[in-house]
Amino acid sequence: MQSTAQSFKSNAHDALGDELLQKALEKLRAGFPEKRREAVSRLPEFEDLRDQGRDIKNHVLANLDWYLERYEDNVTAAGGHVHWARSPAEARDIVLSICRRLGARTVTKGKSMIAEEIALNDHLEANGIVPVETDLGEYIIQLRHEAPSHIIAPAIHLVKEQVEHTFREVHTNLDPKRLLEEPRALVAEARQILREKFLAADVGITGANFLIAETGTSVIVTNEGNGDLTQLLPKAHVVLASLEKIVPTLEDAAAIIRLLARSATGQDMSVYTTFSTGPRRTGDVDGPGEYHVVLLDNGRSALLGTVFQDMLRCIRCGACMNHCPVYGAVGGHAYGWVYPGPMGAVLTPSLLGIEGTRHLPNASTFCGKCESVCPMKIPLPKMMRHYREREWEKKLSPRAARLGLGAWAFFARRPRLYHALAGVAARVLGALGRRRGSFYNLPLAGGWTATRDMPAPQGRTFQEMWRSGVRRGA
Amino acid sequence: MIAARDQILHDIRNSLRSGSRVPPETEAQLEARLKNHPAGLIPRRSAGLDRASLLALFEAQVQMVTTTVARVKSLADVPAAIAEYLTSQNLPAEAAVAPDKLLDAVPWSQRPLLKLKRGKPAPTDQVGIAAPFAAIAETGTMMLLSGPDGASTLNFLPDTHVVVLPARRVVGPMEDAWRRLREARGPLSDAANMPRTVNFITGPSRTADIEQKIEMGAHGPRRQHIVLVEDDSLA
Repeated sequence: MQSTAQSFKSNAHDALGDELLQKALEKLRAGFPEKRREAVSRLPEFEDLRDQGRDIKNHVLANLDWYLERYEDNVTAAGGHVHWARSPAEARDIVLSICRRLGARTVTKGKSMIAEEIALNDHLEANGIVPVETDLGEYIIQLRHEAPSHIIAPAIHLVKEQVEHTFREVHTNLDPKRLLEEPRALVAEARQILREKFLAADVGITGANFLIAETGTSVIVTNEGNGDLTQLLPKAHVVLASLEKIVPTLEDAAAIIRLLARSATGQDMSVYTTFSTGPRRTGDVDGPGEYHVVLLDNGRSALLGTVFQDMLRCIRCGACMNHCPVYGAVGGHAYGWVYPGPMGAVLTPSLLGIEGTRHLPNASTFCGKCESVCPMKIPLPKMMRHYREREWEKKLSPRAARLGLGAWAFFARRPRLYHALAGVAARVLGALGRRRGSFYNLPLAGGWTATRDMPAPQGRTFQEMWRSGVRRGA
Repeated sequence: MIAARDQILHDIRNSLRSGSRVPPETEAQLEARLKNHPAGLIPRRSAGLDRASLLALFEAQVQMVTTTVARVKSLADVPAAIAEYLTSQNLPAEAAVAPDKLLDAVPWSQRPLLKLKRGKPAPTDQVGIAAPFAAIAETGTMMLLSGPDGASTLNFLPDTHVVVLPARRVVGPMEDAWRRLREARGPLSDAANMPRTVNFITGPSRTADIEQKIEMGAHGPRRQHIVLVEDDSLA
């Protein structure tokens, strides 16, 4: 998908004025964080499990080449095929050629962020193959020709009336007078329509939450069961996964699964956790006849050994965005590409480059909540700071900001001068603003005063008060 | 294809170790780690419980995900328990049954009105009856295997998922379920021992994709019912 991350500021502005979106986001802010908090409080070992999860992933990343080769050997031994893809274009072509060889006309899809990353649906459609999203949220946004706005709840930006409108518009063969006001009716209608698609599909495509080196297994985690019907019924199961999904053993997967659903939806465990190894065996009652894994790099190997390597621990739970004040205010579409929120603010520049994405690592208050809830303890604020440094080094920020920061840096390196000037500024502004206590507008501070008042200083700087022995608010 | 594979592995090695492979001593450690597959931290909730506490934890956890449980003494009680459940839900007395040894041993003929079909389900079947390989008390999860005696589609296509579970199959954490599978089958690193599909199922299908409101029966079963068989002679 084409990134609009360069327009983050105007995207965010539009999002703040979008009433329906704000209504939907209010539900998100009230929902996910509370559910996570309850689930975590029921598991006293949660903090230790986070450390353990981080250590497992760090171990894998340090030996990723070895584990990938072992994983491939085991997939092959189980009768499956691993296809390596350097770029989205290579990954798309691999999937298309599998579909063509099998004469596929429709493919069902479980939710996959990699499919979004490589823009698979457009490619299949352009080549005469109909992709059908089967996760309810993904299905809704596919009908609306929208991108997901959240990595685990893709239609979280919509209210039910919008879904009803879309269903009435698209499902024209159904009774126009049917009742569709409640989510229950909408879910039932999608179930009925998608059931036929599951039964008719030629190829089923899913993502993967984990790839297990020990056994050559891919794992998906869902609540709906759509990923299972997607992979069990068609002729072939195609798994889309990026390199870093590897874990060594079944026990390692079990350890990280304890973190995943609790961090995501606040469940102890998601409804369906499915381990798939190769195609249907001789004597099996059901299952797909072929099993393929497309392993995507797309810039990830270049992150290893850098300050951004930790990002590859991400298990895509969405906790960082569920707790982010910026995401909570503007929603996922403002971020302009596949991955929103704090994890997107790091991953998007990592995969697309900082040039067109420089606003994202700036879209943070640095409150630190994302890192504090991340099950893999990824230091997201630190990495956003690194990207801000790169933005500066590459001279990507606007001239005015660079001049301002340059001037500030000049004084900051000269503490005496800095304190003297700060003292003068505090006195002058304090005197000017004494009557109102704040300013409607200030020269050079328009970015602040355009949307809120600037409080007036009260005459002395913090440093001056500290030196004169003031230790508490007067 | 080969070019992509080689380049990706080459790029990873360049990033990690200036191009070199994993050194032999590390490789020996990695091999040992896979061979021994050590379990990590097991939460106290599910570690070292006796049978009664395991079953109590299991029942509490499945009730949290709206699955219902009926306890019976022996396999002989299973047909009546299932027939009663189907009646209570206003469901027809018809079901697809997994071609499983345990389920074959159930004396179904005691309930001649129960119409059963052995094998994988048709899309129109409303009830599926399966037997898990193990059940996980920590999370209230059923572990079901594909194979000649297990149909994975049976866990997803019918509206109602009925599970016949001998009490001895209930374990504490997921790690214990894997251990039992390793004991029963041999090393799972050997593809012949690892089933094509291992389903861990915790409650009925659900979604919260519309306004975060939880609705049951998104694509898989709308309801799930467990018949827990206490008979200790059943493995």
